[in-house]
Amino acid sequence: MSQEQVQNDNKVMTKKLFVVVIIMVAFGFAMVPLYDVFCQITGLNGKVNGLAVYEEQEPDTSREIKIQFMTINKGNMPWDFRPVQTEIKVHPGKEYEVLFAVKNRTGKKMIGQAIPSFSPNLTAQYFNKTECFCFNQQILAAGESEEMPMRFFVDKDIPERYDTITLAYTLHNVTPDDEQVAAK
Amino acid sequence: MSLIRKMTLFVASFSALLLSGCGDDIKYNMREGVTEISREVYELHMIAIWVCVVIGIITFGVMFYSMFAHRKSKNPNPAKFSHSTAVEIVWTAIPFIILIALAVPAVGLLIKMEDASDSDLTIMVKGYQWKWEYKYIDGDDNLANDVRFFSNLDQASRDMSRNAGSGFSGVKIEDDNYLLEVDNPLVIPVDKKVRFLVTSDDVIHSFWVPDFSVKKDAIPGFINEVWTKVDEPGTYRGVCAELCGQDHGFMPIVVKVLPQNEYDAWYAGKVAEAEAGPDLNERTMSQLMAEGEAAYNKYCSSCHMPNGEGNGPFPSLVGTEMITGEGSLTKHIDTVINGVPGTAMQAFGSQLTEAEIAAIITYERNAWGNDTGDKVQPQEIHDIKNGGGE
Amino acid sequence: MADHKPKGISRWLFTTNHKDIGTMYLVFSFIMFLVGGAMAMVIRAELFQPGLQFVEPEFFNQMTTLHGLVMVFGAVMPATVGLANWLIPMMIGAPDMALPRMNNWSFWILPAAFGLLLSTLFMDGGAPNFGWTFYAPLSTTYGPPSTDFFIFGVHLMGISSIMGAINVIVTVFNMRAPGMTLMKMPLFVWTWLITAFLLVMVMPVLAGAVTMMLTDRHFGTSFFDAAGGGDPVLFQHVFWFFGHPEVYIMILPAFGIASAIIPTFSRKKLFGYSSMVYATASIAFLSFIVWAHHMFTVGMPVKGELFFMIATMLIAVPTGVKVFNWIATMWRGSITYETPMLYALAFVILFTIGGFSGVMLALTPVDWQYHDTYFVVAHFHYVLFPGAIFGTMAAVYYWLPKWTGRMYDEKLAKWHFWLSIVFVNLTFFPMHFSGLAGMQRRVPDYAIMFSDFNMMSSIGAFGLGLMQLLFAWILIKVCILEKGEKATDRVWEDAEGLEFTHLPSPAPYHTFDTPPKID
Repeated sequence: MSQEQVQNDNKVMTKKLFVVVIIMVAFGFAMVPLYDVFCQITGLNGKVNGLAVYEEQEPDTSREIKIQFMTINKGNMPWDFRPVQTEIKVHPGKEYEVLFAVKNRTGKKMIGQAIPSFSPNLTAQYFNKTECFCFNQQILAAGESEEMPMRFFVDKDIPERYDTITLAYTLHNVTPDDEQVAAK
Repeated sequence: MSLIRKMTLFVASFSALLLSGCGDDIKYNMREGVTEISREVYELHMIAIWVCVVIGIITFGVMFYSMFAHRKSKNPNPAKFSHSTAVEIVWTAIPFIILIALAVPAVGLLIKMEDASDSDLTIMVKGYQWKWEYKYIDGDDNLANDVRFFSNLDQASRDMSRNAGSGFSGVKIEDDNYLLEVDNPLVIPVDKKVRFLVTSDDVIHSFWVPDFSVKKDAIPGFINEVWTKVDEPGTYRGVCAELCGQDHGFMPIVVKVLPQNEYDAWYAGKVAEAEAGPDLNERTMSQLMAEGEAAYNKYCSSCHMPNGEGNGPFPSLVGTEMITGEGSLTKHIDTVINGVPGTAMQAFGSQLTEAEIAAIITYERNAWGNDTGDKVQPQEIHDIKNGGGE
Repeated sequence: MADHKPKGISRWLFTTNHKDIGTMYLVFSFIMFLVGGAMAMVIRAELFQPGLQFVEPEFFNQMTTLHGLVMVFGAVMPATVGLANWLIPMMIGAPDMALPRMNNWSFWILPAAFGLLLSTLFMDGGAPNFGWTFYAPLSTTYGPPSTDFFIFGVHLMGISSIMGAINVIVTVFNMRAPGMTLMKMPLFVWTWLITAFLLVMVMPVLAGAVTMMLTDRHFGTSFFDAAGGGDPVLFQHVFWFFGHPEVYIMILPAFGIASAIIPTFSRKKLFGYSSMVYATASIAFLSFIVWAHHMFTVGMPVKGELFFMIATMLIAVPTGVKVFNWIATMWRGSITYETPMLYALAFVILFTIGGFSGVMLALTPVDWQYHDTYFVVAHFHYVLFPGAIFGTMAAVYYWLPKWTGRMYDEKLAKWHFWLSIVFVNLTFFPMHFSGLAGMQRRVPDYAIMFSDFNMMSSIGAFGLGLMQLLFAWILIKVCILEKGEKATDRVWEDAEGLEFTHLPSPAPYHTFDTPPKID
């Protein structure tokens, strides 16, 4: 093999390896959507996207599952935020509505965003929301309060081992800085 | 305290670990703990250690024998073999079987540990930089009687750590609960399945109580569940296990496990406290300064330092614009209540009582030669938090 | 061009010679080793006794972070790249690396990267303080301003490693002398080839992770922030997808070194050559499917935890095969104990101890008690210090006579070895106990029940630090003062490999311009 031949082979192989590098960079970023897909299938981090549609069905009255509602404020979120009912018992396959009360106690307009999280985390995939405030941001003027509805039903095929589902909403302060400044 | 004694202790405890295996002395081995799960974890741990010790003795035994018997002076003519399929299959298969034998009990135990169903009590555990908040989920819809409190490192540990002197001849600390004591411990009843819902306000923390074999990461925005059922009343101590910033080593967890009747009495007291509402009584300057100094040392001094002069990224409070500047009081109160987004300055409005905030602000504005003479009352803080002020 | 060396500073700046570049890598990594070691001394001084005696907790965290980053990316990895540069062309009968100019760049990026990283110590707000694993959101929303320099530094290190790895792969595939088939290559070349593939696969993922951090910090994305629909746990998945193979990147070359040294001093061929190759390849493959064993406490589904537990335990099988093969190599050999052999044997024993604690850590239910304690610190220091670093030291003692033409001071080297063995165990073995007793990682202060073990660790660490100065003196004596007896061409009785059988000592500046004959 001549010197030139070797150098040519080296170039070709180097290029191929750089392609591998680029693919792996892409893979690194692809882990983000892959993780989301994985989470949606398993309900891992409660990010089961989208609204479900409730179809009229015979509820499974033989089972009763306790649903606990929890609210968590991020430290920098001064709103009052609480579930109106902290706990209800449901039959799988039946649709329910619960309310969450929110009040902006500050003297300025603010925007909040609630993010759900389930425990045990895999129950998220059986918990179907047909209407939820968490799909939108909440904008409340100074002193304004609101009762926000959330409608849901639990799948009939939820495994027997789950007797309690805890749904926690963490309320984040997503008010842009300039608006805070403007409010002052 | 001689070095020789330490070395002897080292050798002794190492051999003790190898020889005894039952390890009553919690100083060098995992503790058995006080729950069914923690004991099973401890057993699995001991099995794993013994498997490793036995494999180690055999492997290293063969190796040391060879090192001794096959050294050049004893065995001048080396053998020629360099391959044996049979032997290689054997030493691939045997570890495989041992590992399966180890994995089987681990699988069963893990499934048991992850089953938090049928719990008697739910408590939310929330990590903050650098303290814990506990909130009892009672299932009733009345907000006014919520049992919720913060748990901070005790002042004695804080002082000891700061006053330990410098250099290798530092002051000897002798308190057994140094860095393992808090102002408000978590209280749970004995023999009840308690479910913890673990979350965080800022960065990732980890809730760890070794005696319960409970460790779960506290992840901001998400809840994780973990449970325990304690057999024996007592006080059990743990720590935050995940690096969460500068005071990661200073946010212990203390759990008091009480018999049911004592727990009920404690809980009723907490409910009554909550129903009474915040203490908004007016205070004199000297009361505010005294309460302020205590609260400042507890909540503020690890960043802003006990002398108020700050440290690295944490600003000084001595004679700065924020404290002594013209009309700075409103900004000062706002900063303490709402924090500064994107920095380590937290929103203390939801963490401290009105009285504490008022006292801290008064203290900061009058200590260390700041002498502004400003006095803030709990009622003012209460009004600002509820939409007044600004 | 017989043996012409360019002179002066430009020889080093512009060199494309694999031996010069190898030397620069090794010198650089030794300097970084001392820098990272100095940071470890600060850590151990603070931990000598309970209480805060020397540094503030904030600075302590900067020390643990930089100690980890400097040791992993600045000391261990460049050291093995340096060995690869020196040895691979000589071992496969090639005149140089395949891409000599890229080789030069990949080295010179490193000092820039570490200059950037270490300069953060002098910045407002201090150096990165979030641990070498830089978990979000501590490193994103809560990171100090210097985090951006850290991110850029990591990018540069990544580029350097990727270029180095590509160079190794191309060299091994295209530059072997006629007759040097893949299955005839020395095991060091094999382990490095596999390491290089791991590097090419995972360094880009690390680059992706730090880029996401950067956009989260400054460009309004929220990959890792729940408020914007992200998830902090995702960061850990991306990081450990890089991080676990990274562990093998650091240790595989040391496997190759032990496989070269043990046969020489046992005067016997390596036992089970082909099973060694397959074992290395399976370890590399498994390293891609075990990453979440670093995350057993983040709240994964049980099925996920079981999968990662079983996959992790499987790694013990090929690793065990390697250890057994080394012992079988020694069996009925004719063993002598020169310093390289001592280091190689210490490597086998102490690395195996690290492997044992690894198997224990793999058991998920028990890992809940071990996770983020000093038990983990003990585990990974056992596989890295007496593992990767002793492996590198064994290599330096073994090949130094070939590189310089002179023998090192055997008496001093023996002192270096025996004292290192005492101190390394005194430093790291007690950490098992403090961890089991309940001491968490990354704390500047601790409860008094951990005092005794911490004091032992600190004393051991100071001794271990001193030993590195002795090592420096041994190297200076040979390389700069040019003292020591002349090495023979074969250096060691019956040493195998083209560098010993076909080349004089010291190896000339240009070697194998005409390929050697392989029988």
